[in-house]
Amino acid sequence: MIDFLIKPWPWHFSGLVIGLIMMVLLFFGKSFGFSANLRTICTIAGGDKIADFFKFDWKKQTWNLVFLGGAVLGGFIANQFLSDGSIVAISENTIADLAALGISAPTEIQPTEIFSWDFATSFKGILFLIIGGFLVGFGARYAGGCTSGHAISGLSDLQLPSLIAVVGFFIGGLLMTYLILPLIL
Amino acid sequence: MLKLFKFLITGILFGIVMTKSEAISWFRIQEMFRFQSFHMYGIIFTAVAIGLLGVQIIKRFNVRDIGGNPIIFNPKDMSIPRYLIGGTIFGLGWAMTGACPGPMFVNFGYGYGMMVLIIIGALAGTLMYGVLRKRLPH
Repeated sequence: MIDFLIKPWPWHFSGLVIGLIMMVLLFFGKSFGFSANLRTICTIAGGDKIADFFKFDWKKQTWNLVFLGGAVLGGFIANQFLSDGSIVAISENTIADLAALGISAPTEIQPTEIFSWDFATSFKGILFLIIGGFLVGFGARYAGGCTSGHAISGLSDLQLPSLIAVVGFFIGGLLMTYLILPLIL
Repeated sequence: MLKLFKFLITGILFGIVMTKSEAISWFRIQEMFRFQSFHMYGIIFTAVAIGLLGVQIIKRFNVRDIGGNPIIFNPKDMSIPRYLIGGTIFGLGWAMTGACPGPMFVNFGYGYGMMVLIIIGALAGTLMYGVLRKRLPH
């Protein structure tokens, strides 16, 4: 059991757990959607003085902020106590493609060329990470949800808007992967 | 407090599964967008399959939530530009940072402190959307 848990989890078990998390939240009377937290944080920080979009009763989202806190803690626990030091086993083709972009094969869960303090404190690195985050935050709110709200919750309820959003996720993802990343990495 | 505790536990489980499934890894997102492994698709398809089944059960049997209230699914307003343009912008950022909103925070907990920059960017993006909202096609 412990042996199974500290190894990387196979996709079917992971998908099962994520699906069950969504179901449990429904049973708790809530809807799974992580990016709503970004709006809530903007409201708490005073965003309601800048735009009406942030004027809402954020206290109703307290549960989601607690969920966010749990997610941070979960990342910590998984790394500290549930890790066998396995290296992310991505496909050889991906390793070769990324090598051509100057990204070396995995030695940890994230590429050191992007997620190192050297890069994150360089001018290019700061711009890269902030702009990337900006696109995620802006796009998630514009589309009315992120991977959890649209790809998981929305598709589970057969919502056409969510399918359109997921198609958009892939249009953007493919443009970035094949056209933009080769220019900026 | 006790009412909120269950969300802490659910959140912890979410952080653990996102880490152990490697869905928080930039490498896995690149692999997904290059269609070079079934891994991420398998995760999403399995989660949606469970969700489809669960949502159908809830609707057929009028399952109530823990507070005894009916579980309601609000249909999202139909629009093409909103979801397509918003989704595309989101996808650009997802492939760039390898992190959608959940994983940004899970990665931070994992120990990647520089995720704060991505989170600051995401908050700025959310704020900018709020300011520009009325001028954007929806």
